[in-house]
Amino acid sequence: MATENTSLPVYSKKDFESGVDPRWCPGCGDFSIINQVQKALPAVGRKREDIVFISGIGCSSRFPYYMNNYGMHTLHGRAPSFASGLKVSRPELMVWVVTGDGDALAIGGNHFIHAMRRNIDLKLLLFNNRIYGLTKGQVSPTSEIGKKTKTTPHGSPDAPFNPPALAIGSGATFVARSIDVEGAHLGLVLKAAAEHKGSCFTEIYQNCPVFNDGAYTSITEKSVKADALLRMEHGKPLLYGKDNKKGIRFNAKTAELEVVTVGEHGVTEPDVLVHDAKRDDPTMAFMLANLALKPGFPTPIGVFRDVSRPTAEELTWDMINAAKAKKGDVDVLKLIAGSDTWQIK
Amino acid sequence: MSTPSKVQQVETVTIRFVGDSGDGMQLTGTEFTRANALAGTDLATFPDYPAEIRAPAGSLSGVSGYQVNFGSREIHTPGDAPDVLVAMNPAALKTNLPDLRAGGMLIVNKGAFNASNLEKADYKSNPLDDEALKHAYKVLSIDMSMLTDHALEGSGLSSKETARCRNYFALGLMYWLYSRPMEQQLEQIQKKFGKKPQFVEANQKVFKAGYAFGETVEVGLQRYEVPASKLPPGTYRTVTGNFAVALGFATVAKLTGKQVFLGSYPITPATEILQEMSYFKEHGVVTYQAEDEIAGIGSAIGASFGGALGCTTTSGPGLALKAEMMGLAVIAELPLVIVNVQRGGPSTGMPTKTEQSDLLVALFGRHGEAPMPVLAAQSPADCFWAAIEAMKIATKWMTPVLLLTDGYLGNGSEPFKVPLAGELPKFEVKYQTTPNHDGAYMPYKRDAKLIRPWAIPGTPGLEHRIGGLEKDSMSGMVSYDGMNHERMVLTRAQKIANVVEDVPDVQVFGKPSGDVLLVSWGGTFGSVRGAAEQLQGQGKAVSHVHLRWLNPLPKNLAAVMKGFKKIMVPEVNNGQLAFYLRGMFPGVDPVQFNRINGKPIKIAELASKVLEVL
Repeated sequence: MATENTSLPVYSKKDFESGVDPRWCPGCGDFSIINQVQKALPAVGRKREDIVFISGIGCSSRFPYYMNNYGMHTLHGRAPSFASGLKVSRPELMVWVVTGDGDALAIGGNHFIHAMRRNIDLKLLLFNNRIYGLTKGQVSPTSEIGKKTKTTPHGSPDAPFNPPALAIGSGATFVARSIDVEGAHLGLVLKAAAEHKGSCFTEIYQNCPVFNDGAYTSITEKSVKADALLRMEHGKPLLYGKDNKKGIRFNAKTAELEVVTVGEHGVTEPDVLVHDAKRDDPTMAFMLANLALKPGFPTPIGVFRDVSRPTAEELTWDMINAAKAKKGDVDVLKLIAGSDTWQIK
Repeated sequence: MSTPSKVQQVETVTIRFVGDSGDGMQLTGTEFTRANALAGTDLATFPDYPAEIRAPAGSLSGVSGYQVNFGSREIHTPGDAPDVLVAMNPAALKTNLPDLRAGGMLIVNKGAFNASNLEKADYKSNPLDDEALKHAYKVLSIDMSMLTDHALEGSGLSSKETARCRNYFALGLMYWLYSRPMEQQLEQIQKKFGKKPQFVEANQKVFKAGYAFGETVEVGLQRYEVPASKLPPGTYRTVTGNFAVALGFATVAKLTGKQVFLGSYPITPATEILQEMSYFKEHGVVTYQAEDEIAGIGSAIGASFGGALGCTTTSGPGLALKAEMMGLAVIAELPLVIVNVQRGGPSTGMPTKTEQSDLLVALFGRHGEAPMPVLAAQSPADCFWAAIEAMKIATKWMTPVLLLTDGYLGNGSEPFKVPLAGELPKFEVKYQTTPNHDGAYMPYKRDAKLIRPWAIPGTPGLEHRIGGLEKDSMSGMVSYDGMNHERMVLTRAQKIANVVEDVPDVQVFGKPSGDVLLVSWGGTFGSVRGAAEQLQGQGKAVSHVHLRWLNPLPKNLAAVMKGFKKIMVPEVNNGQLAFYLRGMFPGVDPVQFNRINGKPIKIAELASKVLEVL
């Protein structure tokens, strides 16, 4: 049904707006995210009708209604299951999944990890505001320990997930992180996600101005962000800081990452780890993902991991096509009869 | 040497093979079934096996059985009480002997009645030495273990491998007893073990030894012959219900030229449908083994959104998990077939035992107003037709459809007449490709039957969004308007009610009026039809109607029921159809006949119950 061989219309951002006014709270980070997605889509090389958005339940999951594509707003936590079925059934479609921290990691945790490990080509965007917004302010699986919410008035006793680490551990072949207020950065990450083929996870730090305002100000405020954010770029040294002198070094003795300053204690730039998102082994990507929770370390944003493997839908259809090539088009009556019949006269 | 026995003709016979889980009784049963099918008898089978894959060897809980009823007249059920019991060890004898008909034939593997096995079966002494046993039954006690060992002397097989061949001794003996030609079984062994020549030879040898034993044994065994039945002429194969469902779905893919997408999760006793369909890739079937029951149905709905013919297969506990998803398919109005192979419940219940206890959950087990067409297959072969019918209704009416089968139908087998070209339904699936409302696409704009159009991704200009929130009755956009919601609830209900135009009237088996009308549904068809035949043969004013459609119910059902003094509903549950009929037809108060013992209803027990209420 997809029409890839005919020419692609020239799209603008407007072509991806459904015309329905988003019903998110004023100041919600979701506005910035949808803006970047709509900006990115004209350049992905796909026809509007071949792009599908599937979502679960939560504030973020209203997303498909505002996109002028095919879309389905499904059940809480279950979006990856619908999207997986759709993509395996129709590999020629480009399928995006929009989800949140509660949707993907609490009620939908099982579907999430399996979507990642199968390596179905799904572009999963997880809007992480570290709170349940639609139900008005309860603790989420990414809320920090001690977080006071309506259901944890004395503070949350539970350790949170680190979503990119979970995605890497689950076998995702593309894992990235960006932030709602870092528009240009988010645009680049979305472009990389669109170009990747395989299970594709992008965490987007998103501010909820009503129930968890300022969740990320400690890393996004103009005054701090240079020292708080580590902008990873494939093939470039992991440097950050106001004067770009701070860096991440791999300490072979402790097998840990450490913060160093170029020019201090004999540290030179070649000592700083060069980011390799294409590394097949996920260990380094996992270590980098875990820095986000570590005191004294910057929060990495950008692409942690981008490796190429055959997708589940490719393998599925290779098997189907091989079976078709081998057996040919069997007549329906022959199919029904099988090979072990007898006659009654 | 004994003189060759005379062959006695019999009309029907029921044989049960029982042994340890590792004794190969399922294989023996299916192979013997095949021999009778090839000989042209009608038949029905009932495998009965433990939930444990390998319960402790020789234990009472590890007994596995396979019952086959075959005959020269129409066979409705796997038979009430076996005429012949083949027991391969003491535990099998202990658990099955009470079912053997008085005076029936008991064939035992004497060699397995050693001290250790007797103890595991809780026998204080060897039951084969019991004179009462020999008086009650025709006992044929054979040391199959030893005879198998002898047959395979010098074969180089280990003692474990030798033991595995014993079931072919029993099979060979049954071939001789029931006068079936050896040749086709030898070929079958060749086919089955072809890749391991040493096993081909060994199993053929043991099979021949069993056959020869019958011929040469000096006790003057009676030989039987069950002639071919008068089944309608045609080409036949045997199918289990689970295989028939898979075949039905693959046939739908062929007939429509559309992809059938099965999203499923393994669960007893439904797993075989997923397994079988994974072999139908070349016919346009895509199978997807999901991470859980919810994702099984979710992936199928996702595929349906994309234009595939989505289906999912499960059993009771899985159906419970799919409930929320079914509600989404109802409100989104996407085609989908959910196959529920019912088993003993609640909870994990009795996974390998049959039951009909999911009728009410099928009809009502979703939150909100969420009606859905529900139909039930009546026999293993009928599962083929029911799968096609369910898919046809789902795509025509844009709705999920629930197809109920059960463990007995799923695992049971019977001859299936392969349809001729003209006997397959015409089946066309169409998508909306053009705007349907002033140049725009309104996904919930309906036709006169209240059916909405189906536009799928990849279709330019018809981009739209749907979901689980209540929708505007035209655009499908989110609507919280109360009046719109009421209109949508009533419209969806009316649409499902309209499906009645595709529900055939019930046919009364017997006179249109009388003393008792037996009303059944699903897998009890054979038992109830068998009882009705028997009672009618005795001149009783008893008729039978069988419900294929549970929602909507057939138009003429109320009128048919009025013709009888009493309505009686036999079910393998605690009275679910009876409850439903009371609610649907005020004034109708059926007499219930309920069995919840994990087994199909016996014809004799039902017939005697009917005589009681007459």
